[in-house]
Amino acid sequence: MLEGLLQGLATVFSIKMILMVVGGCLIGTFIGMLPGLGPMSIIAIMIPIAISLGDPSAALILLAGVYYGAIFGGSTSSILINAPGVASTVASSFDGFPLARSGKAGKALTVAAISSFVGGTFGALLLMVFAPMLASVALLFHSAEYFGMMVVGLSAIAAFAGTGQVAKALMMTVTGLMLATVGEAALFNAPRFTAGIMDLQSGLGFITLAMAMFALPEALYLVLDPTRSNTGGSGDDAIKNLRISRQEAKQITPVVTRQSIQGFFIGVLPGAGATIASFLGYAVERNIASKEEQEQFGKGSVKGLAAPESANNAACTGSFVPLLTLGIPGSGTTAILLGALIALNVTPGPRLMIDQPEIFWGVIISMYLGNLILLILNLPLIPYIAKILTVPRNYLIPFILFFTLMGVYIGQNNATELIILVILGIIATILRFADYPLAPLLIGFILGPMLEDNFARSVQLYGGIEFIWQRPMTLGLLVLAFVLVFLPTYRARRARIRAQGIADGD
Amino acid sequence: MTLNRWIALSFLIICLIYGYTAYFVMDAALPPFMKRSPIWPSSFPKVLSALGIILATIVLFTPRSKDKEPSAGDINYRKLGEYNLGQALGLLGLMVLYAFSLRPIGFLISTFVFLVLSSYLLGERKWHFMIPIAVLTAVVVWYLVQQVLGIYLRPLPWFLTSGG
Repeated sequence: MLEGLLQGLATVFSIKMILMVVGGCLIGTFIGMLPGLGPMSIIAIMIPIAISLGDPSAALILLAGVYYGAIFGGSTSSILINAPGVASTVASSFDGFPLARSGKAGKALTVAAISSFVGGTFGALLLMVFAPMLASVALLFHSAEYFGMMVVGLSAIAAFAGTGQVAKALMMTVTGLMLATVGEAALFNAPRFTAGIMDLQSGLGFITLAMAMFALPEALYLVLDPTRSNTGGSGDDAIKNLRISRQEAKQITPVVTRQSIQGFFIGVLPGAGATIASFLGYAVERNIASKEEQEQFGKGSVKGLAAPESANNAACTGSFVPLLTLGIPGSGTTAILLGALIALNVTPGPRLMIDQPEIFWGVIISMYLGNLILLILNLPLIPYIAKILTVPRNYLIPFILFFTLMGVYIGQNNATELIILVILGIIATILRFADYPLAPLLIGFILGPMLEDNFARSVQLYGGIEFIWQRPMTLGLLVLAFVLVFLPTYRARRARIRAQGIADGD
Repeated sequence: MTLNRWIALSFLIICLIYGYTAYFVMDAALPPFMKRSPIWPSSFPKVLSALGIILATIVLFTPRSKDKEPSAGDINYRKLGEYNLGQALGLLGLMVLYAFSLRPIGFLISTFVFLVLSSYLLGERKWHFMIPIAVLTAVVVWYLVQQVLGIYLRPLPWFLTSGG
């Protein structure tokens, strides 16, 4: 591990990589602050740029920086103007905004920055320990187990989509898998489902789909409903006094430690991302707090702010575990990262650590650096950065649309792709109206070819689908997938009181 | 019928077409030598279409849950007319226009026109801000994409450039 660490350090500590980290964090923070733009859209917009860098470690480091930068930026707008830029920072506004309202905005930002820093750093530490362990187990996997793993991943994502939503989420997953079969499959070398359209021969572009599923509907939502981009205030009213007292530091220390660890493990689970981690972190801390502290929750408790902030950052890091070790994304955001890596000819999986250790360790080291940069960035610069919250929507929306178009165009250099983007974007917006989750569709689309390849390989090896019951581990995984899908449906019948729509946005 | 079910119904129809293609059209076109392989190009799509049909049917016939209330940030599509639907459609139209104009008219002019028209559509009337910003964006992005990233973007209209 030491060798890997040194290699990671060597990768990251060059001017170019440090620029990537700083740039990624800055861009992420800026855009994450804008209400309505989630990390998935930001990363989707950034992908063409990352891919054209040509260097996989640089691309991944940049995108990872954008990812946690966006979560960080989201918390700033949650605290200052009660308008969470991203879903995973909604919980931060519960106590962050009351704090800011009572004139302690500076204190709230400091608590958020420190909690995020600790969460992210803890997460990176745990990632360093657990990823190699998981990777060494994953090396024993055959294509049959991979097939099983992917089915588990896809089912888990659907299962976490929310009560009563499982069938809809699964439907979206299948749609994604079906879209992935369009074009020429590597295995059979014959075009499928192209309806004779030449432009579909090479399949749908992943950037096109990512933009159409996230960036475009979000922009359209901003257009349709002007109150969404209504930033409330200028956000610069007196952010002074960034200090926190020793007593408050003592108060949040156990909270931050607990939530960093809990958040990390929630992030590792496929389907449960930073959003669930932050809500759960908030709920857990409120439940275990003393009576008088419980009273404070929701009215400006530093504990209530520290909990979701450390949990969501740790979960972001945690979600890199399945991505880097199994090559299976657990969330929409990591699915987009996976797509970017595939476009750069890197196949994440257990071999990544062995074959391309500079990517693996580079990303981990960049996370430490990124968290440090965010801490430095967030504290002194926040009053100035918060000014971006005042960008008028008349400029914001055209620019989002333009960058969406540009991203698709420079990825494919094909104007037909832009028409496909618009059509898919309209479909995605309609799906969003009816509350269909879109992340499973994209994850299905990205995992589709791999799922089919592993399935086909296992069928070829065993001459049929016997592998399902002849390999106990595959059978176990498929049973697990089955349980994951049916458990929420079963439990939903008994208790129908879960909040809806929590799972989108990370 | 709610939008939810219309979507499920359309998905069901898509699955049926997809399944028909997988089960009949694709297998009929399969070369004889490939028929000996345990897995055909249509095998995976067959599984998918079956799954899709089952799921679409479940969504189609699930009774609507009553306790569901639209969350604050959501758009109520039943009152779509109360939102800025015209603006949204206009912007989509501009995107399509941009797609068609990009090649013949060139990147610089298309981008400029797109940015100006879309912010005009959103209600911006401060020309002295809009025009410089649009010009600057078009030129800077073109420079970055072409010169820094090395991806060719035809900058000017067809009659001003040779070839490309």
